[in-house]
Amino acid sequence: MTLLAVDELRVRVATDDRTLQIVDGVSYEVGEGRIFGIAGESGSGKTVSVLALMGLLPRGASVTGSARFEGDDLVAMPAAQLRQVCGREIGLVFQDPLTSFHPMLSVGRQLTEHLRHHYGASRGDARGRALALLEEVRIPDPANAFDRYPHEFSGGMRQRIAIAGALMCEPRLLIADEPTTALDVTVQAGILRLIDRLRRDRALSVILITHDLGVMSALADDLAIFYGGRIVENGPATELLAAPRHPYTRALLEALPHPESGRGEPLRGIPGAPAQPGSLPSGCVFHPRCAYAVDSCRTEVPPLRRLGDRALACPVDPFAP
Amino acid sequence: MPWPFFRFLGRRLAALVVLALGITFVAFVLTQLVPGDPALTALGPVTSADPEAVAAYHAHWGMDKPLPVQYLTYLWNLLHGDLGTSQLSHQPVLNDLQHAIPATMELAFLSIAFAIVVGVPLGVVAAIRQNRASDHALRVVSLAGISMPTFWLALLALYVFFFKLDWFPGGGRLDPGTTPPGQITGLYTVDAVLHGQWSLAWDALHHLILPALVLAAFNVSLITRYTRSAILEVINDDYVRAARAKGLPERVVVIRHVLRAALPSVVTVLGLVFANVLTGAVLVENIFAWPGIGQYAYQASIELDLPAIMGVSLFVAVVYVTVNFVVDVLYGVIDPRLRLT
Amino acid sequence: MSSAPAVIPEEAVVRRRWTKGFFSQPLAVVGAAIAIGWLLVAIFAPLLAPYDPLAQDFPLTQAPSREHLFGTDELGRDVLSRVIYGARLSLPLAILLVALATALGSVLGALAGYFRSWVDPVVMRTTDLVFAFPAIILAMVVTASLGPNVRNAVLAIVIVAWPTYARVVRGLVLSLGDAEFVQASRLLGSSSRRTLLHDVLPNLAGPVVVLATLDLANAILLLAGLSFLGLGAQPPDPEWGSMVAVGTQYFQYWWMGTFPGLAIFTAVIAFNFLGDSLRDRLDPRGVSRGKHQGVA
Repeated sequence: MTLLAVDELRVRVATDDRTLQIVDGVSYEVGEGRIFGIAGESGSGKTVSVLALMGLLPRGASVTGSARFEGDDLVAMPAAQLRQVCGREIGLVFQDPLTSFHPMLSVGRQLTEHLRHHYGASRGDARGRALALLEEVRIPDPANAFDRYPHEFSGGMRQRIAIAGALMCEPRLLIADEPTTALDVTVQAGILRLIDRLRRDRALSVILITHDLGVMSALADDLAIFYGGRIVENGPATELLAAPRHPYTRALLEALPHPESGRGEPLRGIPGAPAQPGSLPSGCVFHPRCAYAVDSCRTEVPPLRRLGDRALACPVDPFAP
Repeated sequence: MPWPFFRFLGRRLAALVVLALGITFVAFVLTQLVPGDPALTALGPVTSADPEAVAAYHAHWGMDKPLPVQYLTYLWNLLHGDLGTSQLSHQPVLNDLQHAIPATMELAFLSIAFAIVVGVPLGVVAAIRQNRASDHALRVVSLAGISMPTFWLALLALYVFFFKLDWFPGGGRLDPGTTPPGQITGLYTVDAVLHGQWSLAWDALHHLILPALVLAAFNVSLITRYTRSAILEVINDDYVRAARAKGLPERVVVIRHVLRAALPSVVTVLGLVFANVLTGAVLVENIFAWPGIGQYAYQASIELDLPAIMGVSLFVAVVYVTVNFVVDVLYGVIDPRLRLT
Repeated sequence: MSSAPAVIPEEAVVRRRWTKGFFSQPLAVVGAAIAIGWLLVAIFAPLLAPYDPLAQDFPLTQAPSREHLFGTDELGRDVLSRVIYGARLSLPLAILLVALATALGSVLGALAGYFRSWVDPVVMRTTDLVFAFPAIILAMVVTASLGPNVRNAVLAIVIVAWPTYARVVRGLVLSLGDAEFVQASRLLGSSSRRTLLHDVLPNLAGPVVVLATLDLANAILLLAGLSFLGLGAQPPDPEWGSMVAVGTQYFQYWWMGTFPGLAIFTAVIAFNFLGDSLRDRLDPRGVSRGKHQGVA
């Protein structure tokens, strides 16, 4: 039932003068046909942690730990073998559809090149499949769109095309990195509905990265909250969002504007600045901003403890039921 | 052809006319600054002692008229396709150019093709191995390439490959006593092939290779350096990462995605490459006894052969405008966002 | 990147950092060393040269030997001594003409950028015209017209070299003119001249220094090229380019052309090494990049 099991994933990046720990011992599992949400602020390591799985980090990044995908460890895999998995078994949708398409290659070519490479599909077969998928992601006049260039489409359309591209090889896992952040609010909902529908139709597993907890509550089955390169809390999305246990999760939720809250009630932010790689505090990374921190929080890294089907990295657990 | 294309073409032709006017004017003014009298060089020491002969020479070449009249006369004749008569060869300049230009073009095309074929891959290698030993080595080699005096390189090449090894002929376009192929394009290799004269084509190619390689050295370095920096500009772009995420082999990612994106910047350097070839041609043709435009320009300058200098200048203007035109068209071919619709 | 490796061994990361410090500087060091070496050779030529550069020794065209390290030429003159004395011609002339071109181009470029009105189009169209010509053809016509000698060759190269500076400086002045600190000083009531001299000019220094260094390389090449064609230094002056020219007529005596050519090559590469390294430091925006047109 588990498609992807990530265990103790760590990513370090060497810059000119020092080594930064971007992801620090992250473990989670993605079930078949489920949407696994990863939420966190920018700089929390959520994007890097999935790029690491696909070997897409720049030179100078070192990845340790393991990520078992259908039994094979993506981290230990030779680069050539990983390339066979990427695009074929795992599809990736980037945050910004304006920059993730090659500006000089036609949409059709960018949709079909990996299908033709991985499966040796003929030009005609690949085109047929691309047209069907374009239809499925609701691109009007697919035959025409196929021969056009990315700059001729709007951002929302491009993101739909990007999703079609990620699905060309019928992957088992779709990774969507903030797929709606760069888009207008009006087209965001459409993209999210599309992802949800595709997941149902094709028994696709999805890793959905976003900082938008509203999106998570609507879409995600399971949810992991990232902070400072670590998971502070995870579990089934509905439970976790209904009863957050970690002070950071709770603060995040309280910072959301609530439709039911009284008018004139000020939005609440989280005091202090988000932890950034390179200046991570000792112990629990959240402790400088945490109202419930005790002495041990400052010195000891709290382990992610299992609590039923949830897990929590907070020794204080101030919101225990 | 769509209408905007013609407008584009029209603008380029207008630029050519303006540039041709400017260039001929400058060339004209420069050659009038001459303290020496072309009659003295042309007539030789004995005849030029005779004032009547000098005056007759001046009258014959229209040099007795006021300067503005001379210039306007030149322009008027130019409009009728008459570039004047060379004072040196006593041939119409147009006629001389028809022989000299193809000789240089044959050299230039082969040399530029070679520079691209070698320079672009080297630039790609330098970029993807950025800051590693091979990148540093290529930087040193390419700096050495642009520091090498072309005429010295030509001398060394001749010494080794002609004088010592005798692999290549020592100069000229064909072996002595060989009849050139009937002129179609003026490129001996092409003309010989078109006439089915295979051994002649080989002879012409054999003569071409050494000067073309010497001429390419500078441009190989230049293209390597441009390609490297153009690739580094795009190599971290999102779509490159997207191509990798699709599981495409690195070779395909680099060639189809990275290099393609870098191509417009590489094409930009073509203008510079052509200028370098013409510059180099003056020196290389001198050493290889290559009867091209470089030699012609050199002879014309030394002998102060005004119509010939003007003819060369016009040719330079045409090349300059044409190369820029081709570069612009190539931009459109490469990048659909720049296409005229 | 043959294949983006998921795991980089620690060692590789460390090596990269070490090479970065080691390899970006040596080029500058080597370049500076060679350049200073040649300058010293030029200054102390009479002390270093084993023979008078014009003195003849018989038999003619001796191969390199203990007495004549670089051999002797067709008139029996010591090639080594002539190469050493050649530095006295090429280097000062290159420095002089680059200084002239820099001054002329910078001033015209700054004027064009600062007083846009009619100055700008006149200067810019002139640079267009010069750029349309391959450098050596224009220089050739100019020297031939004015008469082939060193002074006119220098003049000709200044004429082909100044537009690069004019364009770069103009572009910088235009972009700096909009910069906040310049606007501020204008608002504070500085005169045009004061603004230009105190606020704008100092910021031009970096790119112009880079350009000038690279242009020293070009100047040596072009000067040697013109002399090679017989349009620069005249016999019997020991000039590197004209020595190579004589060498092309005596293939069998390879030393006659090889050593003077080597002198040109080393002097030119020194300034190219130096300029290329300086560009990384002084011109991070790459203003001078792409303007480096080759000449010979």
